[in-house]
Amino acid sequence: MQRKIRVLIAKPGLDGHDRGAKVVARALRDAGMEVIYTGIRQTPEAIASAAVQEGVDFVGLSSLSGAHNHLFPRVVSLLRKLGAREVQVFGGGVIPAADVPRLKKAGVREIFPPGTSTQDIVGWLLRAARKARP
Amino acid sequence: MSDQARRIKRGEVRAAARLMRDLDDRVPGAQAVLRELYAAAGRAHVVGITGPAGCGKSTLADQLLEAARKEGQKVGVVAVDPTSHISGGAVLGDRVRMQRHARDPRVFIRSLASRGSLGGLSRSVFDTVTVLDSMGKDLILVETAGVGQDGVKVAGAAHTVLVVLAPGLGDEVQAIKAGVLEIGDIYVVNKGDRSGCEPLLRSLRWALEGKPCEVVKTCARTGAGVGPLFKLIAEHRSALQAGAGWQERSRGMARAAFLERLEAGMKETLSGRLRREKSLQKLQEDLACRRTDPDTAARRALRELIKRGQR
Ligand SMILES: Nc1nc2c(ncn2[C@@H]2O[C@H](COP(=O)(O)OP(=O)(O)OP(=O)(O)O)[C@@H](O)[C@H]2O)c(=O)[nH]1
Ligand SMILES: [Mg+2]
Repeated sequence: MQRKIRVLIAKPGLDGHDRGAKVVARALRDAGMEVIYTGIRQTPEAIASAAVQEGVDFVGLSSLSGAHNHLFPRVVSLLRKLGAREVQVFGGGVIPAADVPRLKKAGVREIFPPGTSTQDIVGWLLRAARKARP
Repeated sequence: MSDQARRIKRGEVRAAARLMRDLDDRVPGAQAVLRELYAAAGRAHVVGITGPAGCGKSTLADQLLEAARKEGQKVGVVAVDPTSHISGGAVLGDRVRMQRHARDPRVFIRSLASRGSLGGLSRSVFDTVTVLDSMGKDLILVETAGVGQDGVKVAGAAHTVLVVLAPGLGDEVQAIKAGVLEIGDIYVVNKGDRSGCEPLLRSLRWALEGKPCEVVKTCARTGAGVGPLFKLIAEHRSALQAGAGWQERSRGMARAAFLERLEAGMKETLSGRLRREKSLQKLQEDLACRRTDPDTAARRALRELIKRGQR
């Protein structure tokens, strides 16, 4: 038996650009993962609820609008509230390095700065999945 | 009854989602939980939505969700998208169109990758539908991954089949080729705001002349025509339930699920034995050297397999 890795990719916040998110989605697919794409302008509530219904291992959030400090931790806490503690949240987009420690403390597992190669993202996901389900 | 089965019957989203995942991944033990649910399931109205890529199936599903929720129904959606043959991965994009319902506690949307199944379905569709059914959903929409040339399995997986077409996709001929004109209970010409609907409606009506099905026009983008479509779906259900139709379709669905499992099991067993057993390896060797031909080899292998399978 081999578990597929399932990932939900979402764009919380108000900016309407999802090119980066789509590139990541395709890279994860090409690495053999199943990616549920939920589109732009998603509320943290809709993202968390979709993640639970879809039974994913990861939620990937992309933010360009600067609202990540509020939105990312909110997704983490909503997932916990829904009982889905095992779902790992990671993020990308335009996120200043100074914000990273605070986000990680709030339960975001990893933040990929602009310019991260999709290969690095894939590699991180594969490792994190292996750790979670050895 | 196991705790997980009990929680699913109470409608708990998380318990249901986890079972669906375990079923899709073939985790040992998952089928045992489904077994506990199976006998009491079978109440939900399962509606299949099929049609060529981009004709508006997901957008239409979203509108039907809206209509069903206005009537207070509990709704499940299973949306299938194709798995990439190269990587085994998939981007599942149907949910995008339905996200406004994500937070509705009476709606459960699940995306599935086809994972190698043919006919626009996933091998897990039947199981996922059973879980949703056990949660007490009244209506379950099953969106297929386009229609290919490889048969249209959704016909065996639903009580009511919607075939969606749209103008400008050049799919009139394709639809007939793929055999969809045999399977629909309701034909939907979507994208009613675009030009070219009238000729499509006309040729559909002509091709379906005398068949017991309905033809309607919708615009999923605005919701125009969705009310009448929703009514036709409900009427189809009532008509099935008034006669022997419901029972017949349900039997067909059970049979389709059974056959799917049986075929998969046989394929697995077969490929294992072809790899392991000496006499079968010899047969393949003979075939490679043209000492025998494919038909003879297959017949002999079959005799061999059945003979030894009985021991
Ligand atoms: N003009 C118009 N566009 C529509 C209508 N319904 C859907 N669309 C658009 O058609 C495109 C495809 O819609 P989907 O609902 O994703 O189609 P689909 O059949 O589910 O597509 P696949 O799942 O990829 O096969 C989207 O851009 C929709 O906005 C409609 O009634 N009118
Ligand atoms: Mg779709």
